[in-house]
Amino acid sequence: MSEPLVFHFDVDGSDFTSAGTASVTVKKNLRQLGLPADVIRKLSIAMYEGEINMVIHANGGTADVIVTEQYIDIILKDQGPGIPDVNLAMQEGYSTATAQIHSLGFGAGMGLPNMKRYSDEMKIDTELGVGTTVSMRIWIR
Amino acid sequence: MTVSELLEHGFSEISLPDPDREIHGVYIGDLLSWVMGRADADNAWITIMSNINVIAVATLADTAVVILSEDVDLPEDIVQQAQVKGVNVLKSSVPSYETAVKLYELLK
Repeated sequence: MSEPLVFHFDVDGSDFTSAGTASVTVKKNLRQLGLPADVIRKLSIAMYEGEINMVIHANGGTADVIVTEQYIDIILKDQGPGIPDVNLAMQEGYSTATAQIHSLGFGAGMGLPNMKRYSDEMKIDTELGVGTTVSMRIWIR
Repeated sequence: MTVSELLEHGFSEISLPDPDREIHGVYIGDLLSWVMGRADADNAWITIMSNINVIAVATLADTAVVILSEDVDLPEDIVQQAQVKGVNVLKSSVPSYETAVKLYELLK
């Protein structure tokens, strides 16, 4: 595996029930590659939280997963409203999700904190009215 | 203890594509992000949530089985999804606390 493997997904912002399709597909593919189970688990949880965020807040976006021999990068890009206060959004329990989102079991204010917890490196580029890009890296070894 | 062994102890089957999966530990929670952040792989996850996202969370967090407490039912289309994705789901007639107590006895 000298060339990086790249997976690209469009995340549908209108359909809450299909959120997770990209993460589950990536998980399946990485299992077939024989990557360590803990790496796959970390990556798929971090990516799922990102997918859910894009559906809740940004009407969808794109997800790219780049697999190299040393690490896996996840790039989540949306054209949503942007995050006004990243430090506040990173606090566990802080959420701007609606009651309808809560009824589905989300909006606990754990999305971004979980993404940070399960990735080894995370960077958020956000601009109000333009969109947000979250880049995460998980080291394989 | 395996997931299928729970069937002999008052749990009923909703979806059982992976009956021989071993259970290690228990997690209780209904907020899905919270569960993903805290549950361990191979846990039995007790919840009253029954929407499609539960199946995705169980897949990604790699729990051994979802146990719906208080006789919560899973809609038929979601049962099918669980089977397709290889997610074990059982049902318990008692609340989450009593379900956990029962599992504590069985798993120790």
